Amino acid sequence: MVRGIGLGEACKIAIVGSGPGGLSAASHAAKMGVEHVLLERTDHLSDTIYKYQRGKYVMATPDILPLRSDVSFTAGKREAILDKWDQQCRDLNLNVKFKADVKSIKKDNGTFSIALTSGQTFHAENVVLAIGLQGNLNKLACPGADHPTVQYQLDDPDLYEGETIVVIGAGDAAIENAVALAKQNTVIIVNRRDEFARAKQGNLALILNAIEKGDVQCYYNSSPARIEDGALALDTAEGEAIIQCHRIIARLGASAPRKFVESCGISFPNNDPSALPEVSSTYESNVPGLYVIGALGGYPLIKQAMNQGYEVVEYIMGNRIAPADQPLLQRKFQGLGNADVDAVIAEVRRIIPVFAGLNPLQLRETLLDSDVHVLAPGETVFNRNDYTNTFFTILRGEVGIQLNPNDSSIMVKLPPGAFFGEMGLISGRRRTATVVATKDCVLLETPRRTMLKLIQSVDSVRRTLDQTAIGRQVQTHLAPGVPLEALKDLVENAEIVRFKPGETIFRQGDQGDDMHLIRSGSCTVSMRVAGRDIVMSYVPSGNYIGEMALLSDAPRSATVKAAHATETIRIKGDTFKELLDNQPKLKASVEAKFRERIMQNEQMQRRPEAGNIIQFLIDQGVGEGTDVLLIDESLCVHCDNCEKACAETHGGISRLNREAGPTFATIHVPTSCRHCEHPHCMADCPPNAIHRAQDGEVYIDDSCIGCGNCERNCPYGVIQLAAAPDVKFNLFNWLLFGTGPGPGEEMKYAKAHHDGQTPSDKQKRAVKCDMCKDISGGASCVRACPTGAAIRVSPEEFMSVALLSK
Amino acid sequence: MQESILVYRHLFYFKIAVGLVAAAAVAYALHNPLGQPNGGTWLGYTLGGIAGGLMIWLAWFGVRKRKYGVGKLPLEDWLSAHVYLGLAVLAISTLHAGFQVGVNIHTVLYVLTIIVIVSGLIGVYFYVRFPRLLSENRRGMSMEIMFGQIAELDREMRQIAMELDDATNAAVLDATQNTVIGGSLIRQLRGRDPDCPTTAARMFVERSETRGHDARRRQLITRIMRKEELVRRLRLDIQLRAWLRVWLFVHVPCSIAALVALAVHIVTVFYYW
Repeated sequence: MVRGIGLGEACKIAIVGSGPGGLSAASHAAKMGVEHVLLERTDHLSDTIYKYQRGKYVMATPDILPLRSDVSFTAGKREAILDKWDQQCRDLNLNVKFKADVKSIKKDNGTFSIALTSGQTFHAENVVLAIGLQGNLNKLACPGADHPTVQYQLDDPDLYEGETIVVIGAGDAAIENAVALAKQNTVIIVNRRDEFARAKQGNLALILNAIEKGDVQCYYNSSPARIEDGALALDTAEGEAIIQCHRIIARLGASAPRKFVESCGISFPNNDPSALPEVSSTYESNVPGLYVIGALGGYPLIKQAMNQGYEVVEYIMGNRIAPADQPLLQRKFQGLGNADVDAVIAEVRRIIPVFAGLNPLQLRETLLDSDVHVLAPGETVFNRNDYTNTFFTILRGEVGIQLNPNDSSIMVKLPPGAFFGEMGLISGRRRTATVVATKDCVLLETPRRTMLKLIQSVDSVRRTLDQTAIGRQVQTHLAPGVPLEALKDLVENAEIVRFKPGETIFRQGDQGDDMHLIRSGSCTVSMRVAGRDIVMSYVPSGNYIGEMALLSDAPRSATVKAAHATETIRIKGDTFKELLDNQPKLKASVEAKFRERIMQNEQMQRRPEAGNIIQFLIDQGVGEGTDVLLIDESLCVHCDNCEKACAETHGGISRLNREAGPTFATIHVPTSCRHCEHPHCMADCPPNAIHRAQDGEVYIDDSCIGCGNCERNCPYGVIQLAAAPDVKFNLFNWLLFGTGPGPGEEMKYAKAHHDGQTPSDKQKRAVKCDMCKDISGGASCVRACPTGAAIRVSPEEFMSVALLSK
Repeated sequence: MQESILVYRHLFYFKIAVGLVAAAAVAYALHNPLGQPNGGTWLGYTLGGIAGGLMIWLAWFGVRKRKYGVGKLPLEDWLSAHVYLGLAVLAISTLHAGFQVGVNIHTVLYVLTIIVIVSGLIGVYFYVRFPRLLSENRRGMSMEIMFGQIAELDREMRQIAMELDDATNAAVLDATQNTVIGGSLIRQLRGRDPDCPTTAARMFVERSETRGHDARRRQLITRIMRKEELVRRLRLDIQLRAWLRVWLFVHVPCSIAALVALAVHIVTVFYYW
């Protein structure tokens, strides 16, 4: 039986905060018969979850992680979970003190004194700080952040009715609030980015569905500019927008209550406002006996915090138990010999700087998602022009990057700790070089989705990645053959700039003192001729723009706009000129390009219609594609053999619609997948069923669950949900006897023979063009075109001046 | 942008066909048979064999076209070869016959072959000429958009006509209700309607001298004229697409008939040998 601890007596463990982590710790202490006290500021358990909106469905992610706690937790409604915890808390006889608001924690002579605002003091040998972050919510940074119409929390969405409410934020809380409020209010959600990348999968589907149905209106790429009486001013991609509203609910997350934590003696690694205290692998802070678990320690998920609560009590009692995901990692590291999991993780943290900034849990999760490759010297990691987009880091050994396609002996060697493959990840284009193992090596291959999440959520990952990537991109695309040391000055002064679709990068006539290297996306260059903007060229990523004004010391000769979402590296003009002065070979090649551009512009001015075609294709989103089906209408006889071929090579369902889609001059853009550089469909696929194959085909594998997210996310309408037809086309039956459906005719045939009902009630799945990757010989649509009207092109080739001026 | 089937691969199949015909012609000129040249000599059999083989291969195009995702060559190669080697059949079979015609099964085969080839030539003309006409006629507009605009014009026309006299009203109503676009095959192929109610309505309104409603009448006439233009374009679109298909209704059955005649021709030749 656990002894109740009174005032003045020192217990073994005092736990501050009764959230999932603290509750789990207290229950385990109770179960083990350890003297403990659980201090809770409010009059109920787990205030953060208590403040979730009524009826909220609480998720239990990550699914892969097993739960390890004496209190139960499965995904379910807020009320059910809280009731269960109250019940278990009573059953286990937890020693809880409610309304115990901790003012300070001091350590003297090996014992902690915990002073409450009420004047009471508790004493304990060990303290577990499980206070979370929700006591310290982030506020808006714009003028009017404290305006009475703004609130940072929402308890019960049903209390509001008939209002216009703006929800700011793109996380789970914002999405849940927005969707719940939309039942009886007009709701507008404001997202700083162009997708809901931070949200859980379930919430993502929820919000996209609500936006699709029109229940919630969404402003993407927008941020609040100021708040006035009854209105919110937004900075959007199209300029400022004023939204009249009754209420603004900002759900911007929370950060550590730093002052309090520091007053306990705990130090923070840096001054970053989002920084969290550093803890050991046993969750102990720099103050011995003072432990930090849960969101404050960098573990924001309920299940993680509960596991930590259990583990921290074990650690305090001197039992070094292994974390819950240990067996999974053990299996992953099997190829490394008898490596101990903790040793490998420590090695990763020590050797690989990109991952050094991750907290232990993020690192474990990243490793769980990654593959470990053990390669012998000479083995190829990937080849130039492969279309894979994973990210590699070197744990042991060495790899060589073959920069010169004609001479594989010229290699840049990368040591342990270096990373590669980031260019494909950033630009969404083909691998720019072949990489081979040059020694026995161990590589970590991290999937695109995991890396994107890390880049978005961990600043240090993005910074480390960007710094190295800028150097490499400049070297690869701007100054091949120039050693990185010579580029040091230029790279250090360069910065990454992001542009929205259609945003101007610079304008004709502007003074130009810098240039841009396009690292992702693409641009159009246009000139004003006789009062009209004429598009001169399309510039894909991996090219530079703006050097003309620098070289000629003249104003900008043309306007450059982002064709779609684009990132460039802005290079300072003087550092670039300095580089050219030191590198005569580079200077010659840049000047050659300069002359080429002038000639190109001359050519294009004589042929404005070619520029119009470029503009038309950009407007159709062709610019972000990698392989686009176009139809030359001056040759197309409308026989639809392309559609029939597509259907007959893909289980009876055509993935292209020839007739649909716009036409300009004689170029027709049918409704068919363009295999985008950064596929929109891939952004949110719950089973992760959408992949990019080596040759660039974006395809959906058999694990598709038919949720329709990709269909909704595709801006070009090229994905459909369909079930394979029951009756297959048989050439000879159809040709000789007229029985069965004709080629590509399943639906019509089914209608005629089954009273208009499609015969299938099979599970529908998302289908789209896979560029016939499983059929040798190339795309069936193009091969089946009798007149050569159907062509597949890559935008940069097609929109090159040489071709268009034919 | 892309090249047409006629100049495909720098006339590769044209050159093959010319070579074949030239070789046949030279052999025919050098050949000195006993009596009149005919299909019964060694050269006659050779040429007949080539022509017959080609005919079967040409007919296989119909199957190849519907075999999707197979074969090394794209369909454009096959079509280009189909056109030029099909033309070669005309020359080779004429040489094979030694320029003889008569009233018999052999001549039936010859005539059928000519029909197939001539209809094919017409098809080639359509394939090469019409896509550009179609594209120019559509000017980037889809048929749905054009039909949508017509529906909108119809609505406006009826509204304006309501304010005018009964006769005008009736003419406009007729134009909005009874203008046929498409219809029977003959109508589709004609591409115009000599009794088009829309044209009739325009002429009626132009002739009528309703006093006091000049502005209304002008509005009505411009709308009818715009509709007429759209109807004309739609009919042309349908007409061109109908012609792109209809020649196949001669070409394909006649080629199957020719294959049958070919079989009969071969059997009779050997039976009566």
